[in-house]
Amino acid sequence: MAEPMRIRATMAGDVADVKVLMNHPMETGTRKDAKTGQLVPAHFIQEVTATINGVAVLDAEIGGAVSKNPFLGFKVKGAKAGAKVVVSWVDNKGDKNSAEATIG
Amino acid sequence: MKQKIIMKLLTGMAGLGIALGAVSAHATPESDRQEMIKYYTSKYPNVKIEDYVFGALAFDADSKSQYDAIMEFPPFDSQIEAGRKMWETPFKNGKTYASCLPSGGKMIAGNYPMFDEAKGKVVTLNDVINACRVANGEEAYKHTDAKTMGTLNAYLRSLSDGMLMNIKVEGPKATAAYEEGKKLFFTRKGQLNFACSTCHVQNAGTRLRSELISPAVGHAGHWPVYRGGDNLVQLQQRYEGCFKSVRAVPAPAGSATMNNLEYYHSALSNGLPMKANVFRK
Amino acid sequence: MNALRRNVLKSAAGASAVAVAVAAGLLKPTQAMAAWNKSAFEAKNVGDALKGIGVTSPADSKDITIKAPDIAENGAVVPVEVSSGLAGVTSIAILAEKNAQPLVGTFGLSGGAEGFISTRIKMGQTSLVRAVVNAGGKTYTAAKEVKVTIGGCGG
Repeated sequence: MAEPMRIRATMAGDVADVKVLMNHPMETGTRKDAKTGQLVPAHFIQEVTATINGVAVLDAEIGGAVSKNPFLGFKVKGAKAGAKVVVSWVDNKGDKNSAEATIG
Repeated sequence: MKQKIIMKLLTGMAGLGIALGAVSAHATPESDRQEMIKYYTSKYPNVKIEDYVFGALAFDADSKSQYDAIMEFPPFDSQIEAGRKMWETPFKNGKTYASCLPSGGKMIAGNYPMFDEAKGKVVTLNDVINACRVANGEEAYKHTDAKTMGTLNAYLRSLSDGMLMNIKVEGPKATAAYEEGKKLFFTRKGQLNFACSTCHVQNAGTRLRSELISPAVGHAGHWPVYRGGDNLVQLQQRYEGCFKSVRAVPAPAGSATMNNLEYYHSALSNGLPMKANVFRK
Repeated sequence: MNALRRNVLKSAAGASAVAVAVAAGLLKPTQAMAAWNKSAFEAKNVGDALKGIGVTSPADSKDITIKAPDIAENGAVVPVEVSSGLAGVTSIAILAEKNAQPLVGTFGLSGGAEGFISTRIKMGQTSLVRAVVNAGGKTYTAAKEVKVTIGGCGG
């Protein structure tokens, strides 16, 4: 359904710096379509989770106030280069997306 | 008639401090550019000329840091990806865009707009894309359509990131087109009776209705922009916006008027590095 | 049963606080997917939003830094970074106080994740951007004003 999200994970000392760019319209449900005048239905990511080598590091709940094509950055101490980062999201329609990257 | 035009030009250029009579007869595009740079840098000695590519952001650290934060991982990444797919998809006849364009499309955007002697007019990169399409049996794209021309142009321009703007104005016909563009830049227009220069020369670095105004030098090299993070706007669409802002009727994007304006306007940024696909408000 | 479904929906292999809470019956698994905090996200004022995420009187803290613009270039894409040196940060919540629905997101941090979140938010108007940090079992807060203007010509 959605385009793949992009993950960048690099080490800065002993901290993994993870940046994620997700593809999603993030419609709040309160915006009117400029052409039709109709309300665009709510369609936004509700949950984002991330693991590093299977260990949960991020469990986020977000709403329509996060900008379109959501960006998230977080840092994990003690992570190591070569570890696998997996980021997943679920939206209000039940659609899902997941991607993984190796910490460089 | 010519006297009237010169008087209008001089009035418009008053802000440049160019003395009466010292103008136009022996001005070259390069001397125009140098004159502009001298004007801006003497007004704003603390802003480096290399930073002019950031426009208004060069004058405001708060805005520039937002730009930096967003440009680290731009939200419009997937649109550029869509442009790449368009670029790499062959035409029905099997040929690709790369086969039409000099150097396969790499590091060429700084040469456009270019004066095409054979056609006798200024051509832009969009014109080259359409010429390629038509030559290969496809329909031309509409200049302002973001999904087709906009997206493809966005990717093509990114292949020239870092290229220094390199507009050439050689020969009498090219010079005439350049001068047409320059005239338009300095001519007052619309209900509000502003020229491009009114804001972008005389009032560059100051605020107009809460907006910080960018200088004309450095303008033309960072397009398309993504307003609000994902709304693709090409340079001539911005021209249309500016015309409407001063309540003038814009010439259509892709017309000779707009192409000549872009020709002059781009030459002002010669020597400055280009970057496609940037975040703007 | 619900804990299992919760684990299937989440990619995390380990038990998370939420999974435990669901198993313990503390969260109602009434929605088709894992419980998104609807009442908190749909709260129309900061007080109700905070109540919705179980926060009552967070203490003002100078150990929370909010990096956000003084004047937003575009209210649809405002970069916000919250960082805190407080020990034992378990979650960060971000609110835009004057948004119709102030709660922007809650970010649970574990497994070595530091007290840091960077994101981009939408703001309807000039307002305080507030961060609420859960650290060492207590809640702390800080806020920064971000101005949102309607530009004249779009620079």
